[in-house]
Amino acid sequence: MQERPTRERSPDDRLSALVPRLRRICGDDGVLTDPSRRRTYESDGLTYHAEVPGVVALPTTAEQVAEVVGLCAAEGVPFVPRGAGTGLSAGALPRADGVLVTTSRMRRIVEVDPDNECAVVQPGVANLDITRAAAPYGYYYAPDPSSQQVCSVGGNIAENSGGAHCLKYGFTVNHVLGLQIATPQGELVRLGGKAPEAPGYDLIGAFIGSEGTLGIATEATVRLVRSPQKVTTLLAAFAGMDAGGQAVSSVIAEGVLPAAVEMMDALSIEAAEAAVACDYPEGAGAVLIVELDGPAADVDADAAAVRRLCERAGAFEIREASGAAERARIWKGRKSAFAAVGRISPAYIVQDGVVPRTALGEVLGDIARLSAESGIRVANVFHAGDGNLHPLVLFDDAEPGAGERAAEVSGAILDLCIRHGGSITGEHGVGVDKACSMPRMFAPQDLEAMDRFRRAFDPAGVANPEKLLPTPRLCGEVPGVRRDVHPLVAQGRAEQF
Amino acid sequence: MTGKDEQAQDAGGAPEAIGAAGAEVRPGTDRDAVGGAVPRWVVRPSDADGCAAVLGAAARAGLAVVPRGAGTKIGWGAPPRRCDAVLDLSALTGVDHAAGDLVVEAGAGTPLEELAAVLAKTGQRLPVDRVVPGSTVGGVVATGLSGPGRMLYGPVRDLIIGMTVAGPDGAASRSGGRVVKNVAGYDLGKLHTGAFGTLGVITSVTFRLRPIPPARIVVSAEAPDPPRARELVSSVLKSHTAPTAIEVDRPGGGRISVQVLLEGPEDGIRARAQEVSDLFSDAVASPDLPVGWGTLPGGPGDTLLKLTTPPARAAEVMEALADAAPDGGPLPVRGSAGSGVLYSALPSAAAPDGAVRAVSALRARLGNATGGHGSLTVLDAAPPVHAAGLDPWGEVPGLPLMRSVKQNLDPDGVLSPGRFAGGI
Repeated sequence: MQERPTRERSPDDRLSALVPRLRRICGDDGVLTDPSRRRTYESDGLTYHAEVPGVVALPTTAEQVAEVVGLCAAEGVPFVPRGAGTGLSAGALPRADGVLVTTSRMRRIVEVDPDNECAVVQPGVANLDITRAAAPYGYYYAPDPSSQQVCSVGGNIAENSGGAHCLKYGFTVNHVLGLQIATPQGELVRLGGKAPEAPGYDLIGAFIGSEGTLGIATEATVRLVRSPQKVTTLLAAFAGMDAGGQAVSSVIAEGVLPAAVEMMDALSIEAAEAAVACDYPEGAGAVLIVELDGPAADVDADAAAVRRLCERAGAFEIREASGAAERARIWKGRKSAFAAVGRISPAYIVQDGVVPRTALGEVLGDIARLSAESGIRVANVFHAGDGNLHPLVLFDDAEPGAGERAAEVSGAILDLCIRHGGSITGEHGVGVDKACSMPRMFAPQDLEAMDRFRRAFDPAGVANPEKLLPTPRLCGEVPGVRRDVHPLVAQGRAEQF
Repeated sequence: MTGKDEQAQDAGGAPEAIGAAGAEVRPGTDRDAVGGAVPRWVVRPSDADGCAAVLGAAARAGLAVVPRGAGTKIGWGAPPRRCDAVLDLSALTGVDHAAGDLVVEAGAGTPLEELAAVLAKTGQRLPVDRVVPGSTVGGVVATGLSGPGRMLYGPVRDLIIGMTVAGPDGAASRSGGRVVKNVAGYDLGKLHTGAFGTLGVITSVTFRLRPIPPARIVVSAEAPDPPRARELVSSVLKSHTAPTAIEVDRPGGGRISVQVLLEGPEDGIRARAQEVSDLFSDAVASPDLPVGWGTLPGGPGDTLLKLTTPPARAAEVMEALADAAPDGGPLPVRGSAGSGVLYSALPSAAAPDGAVRAVSALRARLGNATGGHGSLTVLDAAPPVHAAGLDPWGEVPGLPLMRSVKQNLDPDGVLSPGRFAGGI
């Protein structure tokens, strides 16, 4: 049996002294001290890590954010930024001795500017709401993390969120033109704006993905992308993963750049069928989903090529969808995979590793061997186009030792990723969960350079401490374990895939 | 400035360690000058480790170092406050191409042309335009120089997935990796891109690649004035033709050529080209790129300007340039009107103080023209123009944070001191 890491830290007097000053900044209703209300913020989407925040601040303006942060810096009190709390690496794990700064009340879309193909938004705006606001003009916001109905732009900026379509469209960092940030010293700074390529260091590029360790984004100018003329989604069923992987390689080699390429193995298909009856072709050992978008003629040409290459790789059934309803049917099984696995296993670990695409076949073979040797089942769901694996490591937490064995398998999968020149995280972030794994991927001097950069923004060390880079206090903890579906998925407020 | 005889003497007396790890050392000459400052030595390490060792040795000797690739843009930025040694990176070549992964790692000294030739063997390319012929990978990244392809592929920084950098203390460090999707740690490659070698010396860069598109068509049309040019640009942006680039070219104050680059499968491209042609009148379609495509306007010795603007204000910026020469005449304009990046040039014949005044006047007008969103950077200017009081970078928001980054990564200020914004 695994135990949740307990945090031995008690709120100190400095924090109590801060409360009246926080109330003056954020108003009485903008500061939460009541234990039961604070408890609702004890974790983000990775619920395995939990700690009740000492105080929760809910600012409504950029100036309030800066004042709160400045106060923390002046008093040497740590602060933790939080958006919608959907993150999967405990990047928004609060501290009992600190202030949790939540941007959830900053939800205004300041401006949609189709002529300049951009929008200006506050950090608490939900990702999908930008697309909703831009849709009447024929535009959308491209980064589409699976929690996009609820996850906030501010959180996306902190995590450099991607999504199923980042293969073609890139990540949050490729879609932010300007930022206003509250630095960890409590200053508001504007970087970039509606014009591209602002002079000076690319602090926007370095800030995005910094997981709240360099400050808090208080406003963002994001790029809008012209909605594609046509979208075609293909589903191809193969006898096994090798054939599916071969199809992916040949599609990429052909020069086709799909918007998304997703793959599921037999175990995850089985789970999805049991959960949502997605009606994927019977007997499929692998299912490949390829989505193409762009000018209609290009999409038709590419779809014909993908069909031909899938058939050549041994696809025994191919389905094609051009309408929204048909498309949703194809995506249904894939989008339900994480939650579905929760139904066929009492507990599971979601891993997030990346390998070079050409190493996919070999790594999947190695994962199968690991699984066979340990007796721990692993379901594979992944973004095949960019080599981002999400192995779901299944175990029964009632069985003595199973949790430890699962954690070992999960860790061994990360080792495989590193050995093949990949990454320990493709999209979930480092946070607390993988801070101790950073030295497996980076040399001491790499981490030293990162730490120097961090201290340029946060000399006092108050901005989301103990996240992203390893600290001695944390190391030795096992990676995060989930016992049930994500709370937001359970509430029907988000999808996760 | 150091005289010729003194240089020779100094070269003899170069700190021994500067030739660390077998680096070649020779005395600097006028041809090695950076913004008018002649270095005492030119040091050419043979590889990345040697580069780091040279930096460590230089730091111990308290020497200021300016990295150089092919030297095609060595005059860009402000003149360095000190330049004891030029670090010649031309030996840091080498291309490690993982074709199946559409990824390449290239040494900083690799010429872009050479890289392109290697990639083309497998039908791939790095979609970074060769804006200045002869540029190296490191030079293009250190100056953050993008071309027309910035519209579809993003600026050069968007294509970088990993980087190794030698720090001023001689420590080599790496960020990112060799996979296209990776959020582990700070993306310090972004920070070094466009930093003019003031935070570290880029020794290799890993890029994501694209297949070479099967077909290409450029649709061009002429607009009589900036507002009409903007209308044409806007109509293409709002179409579904997915252009790779939308450029404008106005050599003088006259007609403006609007050029749309389309790339993609043979089957689709003709329909897309027809759609763009229908948006224009008297359009010309060609498989060839127009003369001067993606290159910078002006000639040798000119003062080269980069102007950024919200795309919808590109017409106002072009109008501001139409009478911005020191003699009140028009300046040439070329650039990515669809993205909001334009280039211009003040003629070399202009008096240095006249050029400085013209830049100041243009900055003031640009503020109004772009609603306060734009910027004007002087990329390249002759030493006399700098000496006349030119501020090449202008006002840069976020400067205190940038100074703090510089202070933490190069505490002794030995890397390209003074070349960057705000005297960094």
